Amino acid sequence: MNKKQKEALLDPLFNNNPISLQVLGICSALAVTTKLETSVVMSMAVIGVTAFSNLSVSLIRNLIPPSIRIIVQLTIIASLVIVTDQILKAYLFDVSKQLSVFVGLIITNCIVMGRAEAFAMQNTPGDSFLDGVGNGVGYSLVLLFVGFFRELLGSGKVYGITVLSPVTEGGWYTPNGLLVLAPGAFFLIAVFIWINRAWKPDQIEAVE
Amino acid sequence: MLEHYLSLATKAIFIENMALAFFLGMCSFLAVSKKVDTAIGLGAAVTFVLAVTVPLNNLLYNLLLREGALSWISADFATLDLSFLTFLTLIGTIAASVQVVEMTLDKYAPALYSALGVFLPLIAVNCAILGASLFMVERDYNFAESAVFGLGSGIGWALAVIALAAIREKMRYSDVPPQLRGLGITFIVAGLMAIGFMAFAGIQL
Repeated sequence: MNKKQKEALLDPLFNNNPISLQVLGICSALAVTTKLETSVVMSMAVIGVTAFSNLSVSLIRNLIPPSIRIIVQLTIIASLVIVTDQILKAYLFDVSKQLSVFVGLIITNCIVMGRAEAFAMQNTPGDSFLDGVGNGVGYSLVLLFVGFFRELLGSGKVYGITVLSPVTEGGWYTPNGLLVLAPGAFFLIAVFIWINRAWKPDQIEAVE
Repeated sequence: MLEHYLSLATKAIFIENMALAFFLGMCSFLAVSKKVDTAIGLGAAVTFVLAVTVPLNNLLYNLLLREGALSWISADFATLDLSFLTFLTLIGTIAASVQVVEMTLDKYAPALYSALGVFLPLIAVNCAILGASLFMVERDYNFAESAVFGLGSGIGWALAVIALAAIREKMRYSDVPPQLRGLGITFIVAGLMAIGFMAFAGIQL
Protein backbone atom coordinates (compact mmCIF):
# COMPACT_ATOMS: atom_id res chain seq x y z
CA MET A 1 0.00 0.00 0.00
CA ASN A 2 1.64 3.26 -1.08
CA LYS A 3 1.49 6.59 0.70
CA LYS A 4 -1.41 7.99 -1.28
CA GLN A 5 -3.59 4.98 -0.61
CA LYS A 6 -2.76 5.15 3.06
CA GLU A 7 -3.78 8.79 3.13
CA ALA A 8 -7.01 8.07 1.28
CA LEU A 9 -7.87 5.43 3.86
CA LEU A 10 -6.67 7.04 7.10
CA ASP A 11 -7.02 10.80 6.64
CA PRO A 12 -10.82 10.87 6.95
CA LEU A 13 -10.63 9.33 10.45
CA PHE A 14 -9.50 12.40 12.40
CA ASN A 15 -7.52 14.74 10.14
CA ASN A 16 -10.31 15.30 7.65
CA ASN A 17 -13.35 13.78 9.31
CA PRO A 18 -16.44 13.97 7.08
CA ILE A 19 -18.70 15.06 9.92
CA SER A 20 -16.61 17.23 12.20
CA LEU A 21 -14.57 18.99 9.50
CA GLN A 22 -16.19 18.59 6.09
CA VAL A 23 -19.73 19.08 7.55
CA LEU A 24 -21.14 16.26 5.42
CA GLY A 25 -23.81 13.71 6.25
CA ILE A 26 -24.95 15.17 9.53
CA CYS A 27 -28.67 14.43 9.20
CA SER A 28 -28.40 10.71 9.65
CA ALA A 29 -25.57 11.01 12.20
CA LEU A 30 -27.99 12.74 14.52
CA ALA A 31 -31.15 10.86 13.77
CA VAL A 32 -30.18 7.20 14.03
CA THR A 33 -27.94 7.38 17.10
CA THR A 34 -30.45 6.95 19.93
CA LYS A 35 -29.18 3.37 20.27
CA LEU A 36 -25.85 1.73 19.53
CA GLU A 37 -27.41 -1.06 17.49
CA THR A 38 -29.00 1.24 14.93
CA SER A 39 -25.76 3.24 14.78
CA VAL A 40 -23.76 0.11 13.96
CA VAL A 41 -26.17 -1.02 11.24
CA MET A 42 -26.31 2.47 9.75
CA SER A 43 -22.49 2.68 9.79
CA MET A 44 -22.16 -0.60 7.90
CA ALA A 45 -24.72 0.55 5.34
CA VAL A 46 -22.97 3.87 4.77
CA ILE A 47 -19.47 2.30 4.55
CA GLY A 48 -20.80 -0.15 1.96
CA VAL A 49 -22.61 2.42 -0.13
CA THR A 50 -19.75 4.97 -0.05
CA ALA A 51 -17.12 2.38 -0.95
CA PHE A 52 -19.04 0.82 -3.81
CA SER A 53 -20.39 4.07 -5.20
CA ASN A 54 -16.84 5.45 -5.26
CA LEU A 55 -15.68 2.26 -6.98
CA SER A 56 -18.43 2.30 -9.61
CA VAL A 57 -18.18 6.02 -10.32
CA SER A 58 -14.42 5.72 -10.63
CA LEU A 59 -14.69 2.75 -13.02
CA ILE A 60 -16.80 4.72 -15.50
CA ARG A 61 -15.36 8.18 -14.72
CA ASN A 62 -13.94 8.63 -18.23
CA LEU A 63 -17.23 7.70 -19.88
CA ILE A 64 -19.52 10.10 -17.97
CA PRO A 65 -20.27 13.32 -19.89
CA PRO A 66 -19.65 16.21 -17.46
CA SER A 67 -23.05 17.81 -18.06
CA ILE A 68 -25.06 14.85 -16.74
CA ARG A 69 -22.63 13.53 -14.14
CA ILE A 70 -24.85 14.44 -11.17
CA ILE A 71 -27.74 12.38 -12.53
CA VAL A 72 -25.42 9.46 -13.29
CA GLN A 73 -23.95 9.57 -9.77
CA LEU A 74 -27.40 9.84 -8.20
CA THR A 75 -28.63 6.84 -10.16
CA ILE A 76 -25.64 4.71 -9.13
CA ILE A 77 -26.05 5.74 -5.49
CA ALA A 78 -29.83 5.23 -5.50
CA SER A 79 -29.42 1.72 -6.94
CA LEU A 80 -26.85 0.82 -4.28
CA VAL A 81 -29.14 2.16 -1.57
CA ILE A 82 -32.05 0.11 -2.91
CA VAL A 83 -29.87 -3.02 -2.69
CA THR A 84 -28.83 -2.10 0.87
CA ASP A 85 -32.43 -1.44 1.86
CA GLN A 86 -33.60 -4.78 0.48
CA ILE A 87 -30.79 -6.61 2.31
CA LEU A 88 -31.65 -4.88 5.59
CA LYS A 89 -35.35 -5.68 5.15
CA ALA A 90 -34.54 -9.32 4.47
CA TYR A 91 -32.05 -10.01 7.27
CA LEU A 92 -32.46 -7.26 9.90
CA PHE A 93 -36.13 -6.38 9.68
CA ASP A 94 -36.47 -4.89 13.19
CA VAL A 95 -33.53 -2.56 12.80
CA SER A 96 -34.66 -1.57 9.32
CA LYS A 97 -38.04 -0.59 10.80
CA GLN A 98 -36.31 1.59 13.42
CA LEU A 99 -34.11 3.25 10.82
CA SER A 100 -37.34 4.03 8.88
CA VAL A 101 -36.71 6.72 6.27
CA PHE A 102 -33.04 7.14 7.07
CA VAL A 103 -31.88 4.20 4.97
CA GLY A 104 -33.43 5.89 1.95
CA LEU A 105 -31.83 9.14 2.98
CA ILE A 106 -28.35 7.67 2.40
CA ILE A 107 -29.03 8.72 -1.22
CA THR A 108 -28.89 12.35 -0.25
CA ASN A 109 -26.20 11.80 2.36
CA CYS A 110 -23.69 14.37 1.22
CA ILE A 111 -20.74 12.10 2.10
CA VAL A 112 -21.58 9.69 -0.69
CA MET A 113 -22.23 12.38 -3.31
CA GLY A 114 -19.37 14.54 -2.06
CA ARG A 115 -16.74 11.79 -2.26
CA ALA A 116 -17.98 10.58 -5.66
CA GLU A 117 -17.73 14.11 -7.01
CA ALA A 118 -14.55 15.21 -5.24
CA PHE A 119 -12.45 12.05 -5.29
CA ALA A 120 -13.79 9.24 -7.47
CA MET A 121 -14.13 11.41 -10.58
CA GLN A 122 -10.34 12.01 -10.63
CA ASN A 123 -8.80 8.86 -9.18
CA THR A 124 -8.28 5.19 -10.00
CA PRO A 125 -10.86 2.61 -8.84
CA GLY A 126 -8.56 1.12 -6.18
CA ASP A 127 -7.77 4.45 -4.53
CA SER A 128 -11.41 5.53 -4.75
CA PHE A 129 -12.58 2.36 -3.05
CA LEU A 130 -10.15 2.98 -0.17
CA ASP A 131 -11.21 6.61 0.06
CA GLY A 132 -14.84 5.44 0.25
CA VAL A 133 -14.03 2.99 3.04
CA GLY A 134 -12.00 5.64 4.89
CA ASN A 135 -14.75 8.22 4.76
CA GLY A 136 -17.34 5.65 5.72
CA VAL A 137 -15.26 4.66 8.75
CA GLY A 138 -14.68 8.32 9.71
CA TYR A 139 -18.43 8.81 9.63
CA SER A 140 -18.96 5.62 11.63
CA LEU A 141 -16.55 6.79 14.34
CA VAL A 142 -18.71 9.82 15.09
CA LEU A 143 -21.87 7.73 14.85
CA LEU A 144 -20.57 5.13 17.30
CA PHE A 145 -19.30 7.81 19.70
CA VAL A 146 -22.66 9.57 19.72
CA GLY A 147 -24.64 6.32 19.76
CA PHE A 148 -22.61 4.89 22.66
CA PHE A 149 -23.09 7.89 24.93
CA ARG A 150 -26.72 8.47 24.01
CA GLU A 151 -27.63 4.89 24.83
CA LEU A 152 -25.43 4.66 27.94
CA LEU A 153 -26.48 7.93 29.55
CA GLY A 154 -29.96 8.10 28.05
CA SER A 155 -31.19 4.64 28.99
CA GLY A 156 -28.32 3.05 30.96
CA LYS A 157 -27.62 0.38 28.35
CA VAL A 158 -24.89 -0.52 25.89
CA TYR A 159 -25.99 -2.49 22.84
CA GLY A 160 -29.22 -3.41 24.59
CA ILE A 161 -27.42 -4.81 27.69
CA THR A 162 -28.08 -2.94 30.92
CA VAL A 163 -24.85 -1.45 32.32
CA LEU A 164 -26.11 1.26 34.64
CA SER A 165 -29.23 -0.20 36.24
CA PRO A 166 -31.94 2.49 36.00
CA VAL A 167 -34.09 3.64 38.92
CA THR A 168 -37.27 2.44 37.16
CA GLU A 169 -36.01 -1.13 37.48
CA GLY A 170 -34.87 -0.80 41.08
CA GLY A 171 -31.31 0.31 40.31
CA TRP A 172 -29.46 3.51 41.18
CA TYR A 173 -29.01 5.33 37.85
CA THR A 174 -31.47 8.06 36.85
CA PRO A 175 -31.50 8.04 33.03
CA ASN A 176 -30.93 11.43 31.43
CA GLY A 177 -33.89 11.69 29.08
CA LEU A 178 -32.46 14.72 27.30
CA LEU A 179 -29.86 12.55 25.57
CA VAL A 180 -32.47 10.36 23.94
CA LEU A 181 -34.24 13.40 22.53
CA ALA A 182 -33.06 15.55 19.62
CA PRO A 183 -31.09 18.22 21.54
CA GLY A 184 -28.80 15.65 23.17
CA ALA A 185 -27.48 14.61 19.77
CA PHE A 186 -26.58 18.19 18.87
CA PHE A 187 -24.67 18.65 22.14
CA LEU A 188 -22.78 15.36 21.78
CA ILE A 189 -21.60 16.20 18.25
CA ALA A 190 -20.44 19.58 19.55
CA VAL A 191 -18.46 17.76 22.24
CA PHE A 192 -16.92 15.43 19.64
CA ILE A 193 -15.85 18.44 17.55
CA TRP A 194 -14.46 20.11 20.65
CA ILE A 195 -12.32 17.08 21.57
CA ASN A 196 -11.22 16.52 17.97
CA ARG A 197 -10.13 20.14 17.57
CA ALA A 198 -8.45 20.38 20.96
CA TRP A 199 -6.33 17.41 19.83
CA LYS A 200 -5.71 18.75 16.29
CA PRO A 201 -5.50 22.53 16.79
CA ASP A 202 -4.94 23.23 13.06
CA GLN A 203 -8.66 22.51 12.48
CA ILE A 204 -9.76 25.49 14.56
CA GLU A 205 -11.76 27.92 12.43
CA ALA A 206 -10.54 31.47 11.90
CA VAL A 207 -12.45 34.37 13.45
CA GLU A 208 -15.01 35.68 10.97
CA MET B 1 -62.20 18.43 8.14
CA LEU B 2 -60.46 21.78 8.27
CA GLU B 3 -59.24 21.06 11.79
CA HIS B 4 -57.58 17.89 10.56
CA TYR B 5 -55.50 19.82 8.02
CA LEU B 6 -54.76 22.66 10.44
CA SER B 7 -53.52 20.20 13.02
CA LEU B 8 -51.41 18.43 10.39
CA ALA B 9 -49.87 21.75 9.37
CA THR B 10 -49.09 22.77 12.96
CA LYS B 11 -47.53 19.38 13.54
CA ALA B 12 -45.37 19.69 10.43
CA ILE B 13 -44.26 23.27 11.19
CA PHE B 14 -43.62 23.18 14.93
CA ILE B 15 -43.89 19.82 16.66
CA GLU B 16 -42.16 17.62 14.09
CA ASN B 17 -39.93 20.33 12.71
CA MET B 18 -37.87 18.88 9.85
CA ALA B 19 -34.60 20.46 10.94
CA LEU B 20 -34.81 20.38 14.72
CA ALA B 21 -36.74 17.19 15.45
CA PHE B 22 -35.69 14.95 12.54
CA PHE B 23 -32.34 16.55 11.67
CA LEU B 24 -33.21 16.71 7.99
CA GLY B 25 -31.49 19.15 5.66
CA MET B 26 -28.75 19.62 8.25
CA CYS B 27 -25.93 20.18 5.76
CA SER B 28 -27.42 23.29 4.22
CA PHE B 29 -28.99 24.19 7.58
CA LEU B 30 -25.49 24.60 9.02
CA ALA B 31 -23.73 25.83 5.89
CA VAL B 32 -26.14 28.54 4.78
CA SER B 33 -27.13 29.99 8.15
CA LYS B 34 -24.39 32.59 8.39
CA LYS B 35 -26.52 35.48 7.13
CA VAL B 36 -30.25 36.12 7.52
CA ASP B 37 -30.67 37.28 3.88
CA THR B 38 -29.38 34.08 2.32
CA ALA B 39 -31.25 32.00 4.91
CA ILE B 40 -34.53 33.66 3.87
CA GLY B 41 -33.79 32.95 0.19
CA LEU B 42 -32.95 29.33 0.79
CA GLY B 43 -35.91 28.88 3.13
CA ALA B 44 -38.28 30.20 0.48
CA ALA B 45 -36.81 27.95 -2.19
CA VAL B 46 -36.99 24.84 0.01
CA THR B 47 -40.60 25.62 0.98
CA PHE B 48 -41.56 26.01 -2.66
CA VAL B 49 -39.86 22.80 -3.82
CA LEU B 50 -41.33 20.83 -0.89
CA ALA B 51 -44.83 22.11 -1.61
CA VAL B 52 -44.48 20.96 -5.23
CA THR B 53 -42.64 17.65 -4.90
CA VAL B 54 -44.45 15.99 -1.99
CA PRO B 55 -47.92 16.02 -3.64
CA LEU B 56 -46.35 15.09 -6.99
CA ASN B 57 -44.55 12.11 -5.47
CA ASN B 58 -47.77 11.18 -3.70
CA LEU B 59 -49.54 10.90 -7.07
CA LEU B 60 -46.70 8.89 -8.58
CA TYR B 61 -46.55 6.52 -5.65
CA ASN B 62 -50.28 5.93 -5.48
CA LEU B 63 -50.86 5.61 -9.22
CA LEU B 64 -47.74 3.75 -10.30
CA LEU B 65 -45.63 2.21 -7.58
CA ARG B 66 -47.60 0.77 -4.69
CA GLU B 67 -48.92 -2.77 -4.72
CA GLY B 68 -51.93 -3.00 -6.99
CA ALA B 69 -51.58 0.61 -8.07
CA LEU B 70 -51.38 -0.28 -11.73
CA SER B 71 -54.81 -1.90 -11.76
CA TRP B 72 -56.22 1.20 -13.49
CA ILE B 73 -54.41 0.12 -16.67
CA SER B 74 -55.71 -3.42 -16.80
CA ALA B 75 -56.51 -6.23 -14.40
CA ASP B 76 -53.32 -8.03 -15.45
CA PHE B 77 -51.20 -5.47 -13.63
CA ALA B 78 -53.21 -5.58 -10.41
CA THR B 79 -50.72 -7.81 -8.61
CA LEU B 80 -47.60 -5.84 -9.54
CA ASP B 81 -45.68 -4.26 -6.69
CA LEU B 82 -43.10 -1.74 -7.89
CA SER B 83 -42.44 -0.20 -4.49
CA PHE B 84 -38.77 -1.27 -4.62
CA LEU B 85 -38.38 1.49 -7.21
CA THR B 86 -39.59 4.11 -4.71
CA PHE B 87 -36.20 5.69 -3.96
CA LEU B 88 -35.24 6.05 -7.62
CA THR B 89 -38.61 7.53 -8.55
CA LEU B 90 -38.68 10.00 -5.67
CA ILE B 91 -35.18 11.31 -6.30
CA GLY B 92 -35.91 11.49 -10.04
CA THR B 93 -39.03 13.59 -9.46
CA ILE B 94 -37.15 15.86 -7.09
CA ALA B 95 -34.22 16.42 -9.45
CA ALA B 96 -36.60 17.09 -12.32
CA SER B 97 -38.86 19.48 -10.39
CA VAL B 98 -35.89 21.43 -9.10
CA GLN B 99 -34.78 21.80 -12.71
CA VAL B 100 -38.26 22.95 -13.79
CA VAL B 101 -38.53 25.39 -10.88
CA GLU B 102 -35.13 26.77 -11.81
CA MET B 103 -36.07 27.32 -15.46
CA THR B 104 -39.47 28.84 -14.59
CA LEU B 105 -37.96 31.26 -12.11
CA ASP B 106 -35.23 32.20 -14.58
CA LYS B 107 -37.86 33.08 -17.20
CA TYR B 108 -40.60 34.72 -15.14
CA ALA B 109 -39.00 35.95 -11.91
CA PRO B 110 -35.37 36.78 -12.70
CA ALA B 111 -34.96 38.90 -9.55
CA LEU B 112 -35.85 35.97 -7.26
CA TYR B 113 -33.77 33.64 -9.43
CA SER B 114 -30.60 35.67 -9.04
CA ALA B 115 -31.27 36.13 -5.31
CA LEU B 116 -31.41 32.36 -4.78
CA GLY B 117 -28.39 31.78 -7.00
CA VAL B 118 -26.47 28.60 -6.37
CA PHE B 119 -28.85 27.29 -3.68
CA LEU B 120 -31.55 26.29 -6.14
CA PRO B 121 -29.71 23.38 -7.80
CA LEU B 122 -28.36 22.30 -4.40
CA ILE B 123 -31.90 21.75 -3.15
CA ALA B 124 -32.05 18.54 -5.18
CA VAL B 125 -29.68 16.89 -2.70
CA ASN B 126 -31.19 18.48 0.42
CA CYS B 127 -32.34 15.56 2.52
CA ALA B 128 -35.33 17.51 3.89
CA ILE B 129 -36.92 17.23 0.44
CA LEU B 130 -36.38 13.50 0.01
CA GLY B 131 -37.15 12.98 3.70
CA ALA B 132 -40.56 14.62 3.44
CA SER B 133 -41.44 12.44 0.45
CA LEU B 134 -40.32 9.31 2.31
CA PHE B 135 -42.36 10.29 5.37
CA MET B 136 -45.33 10.80 3.06
CA VAL B 137 -44.92 7.24 1.75
CA GLU B 138 -44.37 5.77 5.21
CA ARG B 139 -47.34 7.53 6.81
CA ASP B 140 -49.64 6.84 3.89
CA TYR B 141 -50.91 10.41 3.40
CA ASN B 142 -53.56 11.06 0.76
CA PHE B 143 -53.14 13.77 -1.87
CA ALA B 144 -54.56 16.71 0.13
CA GLU B 145 -52.73 15.68 3.29
CA SER B 146 -49.44 15.41 1.44
CA ALA B 147 -49.90 18.91 -0.01
CA VAL B 148 -50.46 20.34 3.47
CA PHE B 149 -47.59 18.29 4.90
CA GLY B 150 -45.18 19.41 2.15
CA LEU B 151 -45.99 23.08 2.59
CA GLY B 152 -45.98 22.85 6.38
CA SER B 153 -42.64 21.09 6.69
CA GLY B 154 -41.16 23.61 4.25
CA ILE B 155 -42.33 26.53 6.38
CA GLY B 156 -41.01 24.81 9.50
CA TRP B 157 -37.58 24.27 7.96
CA ALA B 158 -37.46 27.87 6.72
CA LEU B 159 -38.39 29.18 10.20
CA ALA B 160 -35.64 27.14 11.84
CA VAL B 161 -32.92 28.18 9.39
CA ILE B 162 -33.85 31.88 9.57
CA ALA B 163 -33.88 31.80 13.38
CA LEU B 164 -30.50 30.07 13.49
CA ALA B 165 -29.03 32.61 11.06
CA ALA B 166 -30.29 35.48 13.22
CA ILE B 167 -28.67 33.97 16.31
CA ARG B 168 -25.39 33.35 14.47
CA GLU B 169 -25.28 36.98 13.29
CA LYS B 170 -25.40 38.11 16.92
CA MET B 171 -22.88 35.49 17.98
CA ARG B 172 -20.10 37.29 16.12
CA TYR B 173 -19.72 39.51 19.20
CA SER B 174 -19.37 36.71 21.73
CA ASP B 175 -16.22 35.11 23.04
CA VAL B 176 -16.37 31.44 22.02
CA PRO B 177 -13.67 28.92 23.08
CA PRO B 178 -11.38 28.57 20.03
CA GLN B 179 -12.01 24.82 19.57
CA LEU B 180 -15.75 25.38 19.42
CA ARG B 181 -15.59 28.34 17.06
CA GLY B 182 -17.74 28.01 13.97
CA LEU B 183 -19.22 24.54 13.63
CA GLY B 184 -19.11 23.45 17.28
CA ILE B 185 -20.95 26.40 18.74
CA THR B 186 -23.51 26.21 15.91
CA PHE B 187 -24.36 22.68 17.01
CA ILE B 188 -24.86 23.86 20.58
CA VAL B 189 -27.11 26.71 19.44
CA ALA B 190 -29.11 24.29 17.29
CA GLY B 191 -29.44 21.99 20.31
CA LEU B 192 -30.79 24.82 22.45
CA MET B 193 -33.23 25.72 19.67
CA ALA B 194 -34.35 22.09 19.55
CA ILE B 195 -35.08 22.27 23.30
CA GLY B 196 -37.11 25.42 22.59
CA PHE B 197 -39.11 23.71 19.86
CA MET B 198 -39.83 20.77 22.16
CA ALA B 199 -42.10 23.15 24.07
CA PHE B 200 -44.56 22.77 21.19
CA ALA B 201 -44.92 19.05 21.78
CA GLY B 202 -48.42 17.94 22.69
CA ILE B 203 -50.21 20.92 21.14
CA GLN B 204 -53.47 19.72 19.60
CA LEU B 205 -55.81 21.82 17.49
